[in-house]
Amino acid sequence: MAALLEVKGLKAFYGQTQSLYDVGFEIETGGITTLLGANGAGKTTTLRAICNMVRREGVVRFDGKDMMRLPTEEIVRQRIAHVPEGRGTFTTLTVDENLRIAAYTRRDGAAVARERERVFAYFPRLSERLQQQAGTLSGGEQQMLAIARALMLAPRLMLLDEPSFGLAPLIVVEIFRILRRINEEEKVSILLVEQNAALALDLADHAYVLETGKVVMSGPSAVVKNDENIRKSYLGY
Amino acid sequence: MEQFLQQVASGLANGAIYACVALALVMIYVSTDHINFAQGEMAMFSTYLSWQLMTWGLSFWWAFIVAVALSFVMGVLIERLILRPLHNAPVLSIIVVFIGLLAIFNSVSGAIWSYLIKEFPSPFPKSSFGIAGVIGPHQLGVVVVTLIVLGLLFVFFRYTPLGLAMRAAAQNPQMARLVGVRVDWMLALGWGLAASVGAVAGIMVAHIVYLDPNMMGGILLYAFASALVGGISNPAGAVAGGFIVGILENMVAFAGNQIEKTTGIYIIGNGEKLTVALIIVIFVLTVKPAGLFGRVVVKRV
Amino acid sequence: MISNKTWVLGLVVLALVVPLLQPVFPNAVSDYRLFLVSTMIIASIAVLGLNLLTGFNGQFSLGHGAFYAVGAYTAAVLMDKLNVPYWATVPAAAIVCFIVGYLFGLPALKLEGHYLALATFALALAVPQILKYKWLEGLTGGVQGIVLLKPEVPFDLPLSEDQWLYYFCLVTMIVLFWGAANMLNSRSGRAIMAIRDQSMAAETMGIDIALYKTVTFGISAAYTGIAGALSASAIAFVAPDSFGIFLSIKFLIGLVVGGIGSLAGSVIGGIFYVLVDNSAQALSQFVKNDLGLQFDLSAYTVFGILLIAIIYLMPMGIAGGIYMLWRRLRLARG
Repeated sequence: MAALLEVKGLKAFYGQTQSLYDVGFEIETGGITTLLGANGAGKTTTLRAICNMVRREGVVRFDGKDMMRLPTEEIVRQRIAHVPEGRGTFTTLTVDENLRIAAYTRRDGAAVARERERVFAYFPRLSERLQQQAGTLSGGEQQMLAIARALMLAPRLMLLDEPSFGLAPLIVVEIFRILRRINEEEKVSILLVEQNAALALDLADHAYVLETGKVVMSGPSAVVKNDENIRKSYLGY
Repeated sequence: MEQFLQQVASGLANGAIYACVALALVMIYVSTDHINFAQGEMAMFSTYLSWQLMTWGLSFWWAFIVAVALSFVMGVLIERLILRPLHNAPVLSIIVVFIGLLAIFNSVSGAIWSYLIKEFPSPFPKSSFGIAGVIGPHQLGVVVVTLIVLGLLFVFFRYTPLGLAMRAAAQNPQMARLVGVRVDWMLALGWGLAASVGAVAGIMVAHIVYLDPNMMGGILLYAFASALVGGISNPAGAVAGGFIVGILENMVAFAGNQIEKTTGIYIIGNGEKLTVALIIVIFVLTVKPAGLFGRVVVKRV
Repeated sequence: MISNKTWVLGLVVLALVVPLLQPVFPNAVSDYRLFLVSTMIIASIAVLGLNLLTGFNGQFSLGHGAFYAVGAYTAAVLMDKLNVPYWATVPAAAIVCFIVGYLFGLPALKLEGHYLALATFALALAVPQILKYKWLEGLTGGVQGIVLLKPEVPFDLPLSEDQWLYYFCLVTMIVLFWGAANMLNSRSGRAIMAIRDQSMAAETMGIDIALYKTVTFGISAAYTGIAGALSASAIAFVAPDSFGIFLSIKFLIGLVVGGIGSLAGSVIGGIFYVLVDNSAQALSQFVKNDLGLQFDLSAYTVFGILLIAIIYLMPMGIAGGIYMLWRRLRLARG
């Protein structure tokens, strides 16, 4: 079966500086994959490159379709949801408006309404704060809002960039639990970029490790987790 | 007392015009971070379009609607064809292009319709409504029409998906893309709307200031003052600023007239209105750049 | 390879000698032509003023017409009310405009990019009204303006009034450009340009940015003010409505078309906008009178289109284009 997301020989550039040299991996439908590596290894850049947010070369195929010539918004319309670093909250819009804008591209009103209900089931706190300005939410709530927004796109693939960043451990655990539920119940494939390798390896089925813009190792997360050498060399624990 | 009320009423009418042009300026500023120096001339050109349509037989309101619609298209085209390619150009380049547009609109209007001052009809008949001795029918009509247009825009931005998308695109373009919004088109639409609002202002004010290619220069200056007073990043603020500045302008002239009447000394009057606007602009920029309702922009390193 | 200095010297010599050939070529070197060239010289000085501030120092001014007006009116009032000789009005205008420019430069320190453009644009829009202010009418002559006398030829030299005016303007221009060149090549000049290029880096250079910016504003205003003073003598008339926003737009045209940040560009820009302005008038007359078409053509259509075209095609202006060409030729020669 063809992979849902196929990346081969991906290069990325910030201006004249090259940031990714040769990134390649595949994500199967329904799986959770994690991209690990030290700071500056190129994890965030990889997610950005998939969505054409940086200058890139190489091969990116989603469900068999070539994504290289599409602008960001068209890639997103293929039902790839990207939850960026920093959550990307529309701070001056209300929580309700944040959710509504996420469903902007969808035509199926009834399905959207059902989606909202499910989102409130995952994140009841959001339903309590609908008219609140999104910028005034706590970090954890904004992360939840970001994931909720991603869900409103009815994505087939969700890209998450360091969802644990700046959050209290308890909240992080809760969020990761919800991510697993989303993967199982909504059948959304997930590509997770994380600094917190331990947590990520617990959640994911498969892991890729990046170092200075290249994939240096990959394998099922169980294997990676138990390999002391890998953990010490690349993951810092 | 009656004279005072007249000045307030006239200030409201002027303020309505300033509010429209200021809103157009702020809409473009909020979505693109640029100040449209050509806003006034574009509005003037739209007004001439409506005049031409009336000359060709259309009634006032039909000419109004068609001219506003054409202005919308014109705004979209300018953004798509002339400004979009300069997306990442240095600030000076973009300012120069705006001045270029200003020069083109002004001179082309003069070329096609000549520099002779023309009368412009009012759709509000002389003795229809209005409060005798306080506010004339046209002035009242201007305020009503402006409030209707502003109301429609408010509803559009607040309650429609497209309006929401435009707000999102202006606030955080990259994130807007990540929810599938075609940000480039949102910018073009913003320009179209701004051009339309400007056209409304021009067509409404032409009866008062008479139609000539240089009619919008002073009004533009007042619109800048209004937008700055209200907070250049705040559309509602721009509208409020327009009315505040409109009334303020007339109060100052009124005070000046009174002083001259009682003491015979002329300090300030109708001939200094642009100077007053200039002082407001400089004052706000140097003392409180965020205006009354705006936010201070952090200097991007 | 002819050096820049030789070119300049050659041009200066030409400029000095050619008008003297009037008796030999009375039609080619006519009084009218000399007057036209004088206006080009004045325009070049005005554009240089703007270039110093915007091109070399990065502070956007859409309102340099204001300083031109101050210079023109200073000269006019001095000549009209105090019988000051025309040649003394030039340094006087320079001083007045320096002060005005410096004072405007102080609040301008707080304004970047758009906002400074906005403030100067507002200034330009308001200038004609300010000049018509009732309390100044005694001095400025209000809407009617002030009528002046053209400079007389001194020492009974065998020159026409236009020839003399030409030399007066030319010498002023040479002095001003030479001064600007020296300043720009000095440490001060590097500081001025450093401010334009990277404000943060300039700060770490240890220069007093505020001082440089305000003084540059003053110098820039003085230069354009001198041009205004010269124009008062040349045209022998000043009136408020000729100092509106479109005057500032003309300077901007000269700046952009000639070349931002280029001394030669200032000259090219000045020559350019005077030429186009005059040609446009001629063309407009032709269209109206000879073709009978009721179109009031104005130079500003051409100016506007050119502003946009240059930004797209040749952002460095004509001077920049020539420079690129010259460099390519040099590299080709090896």
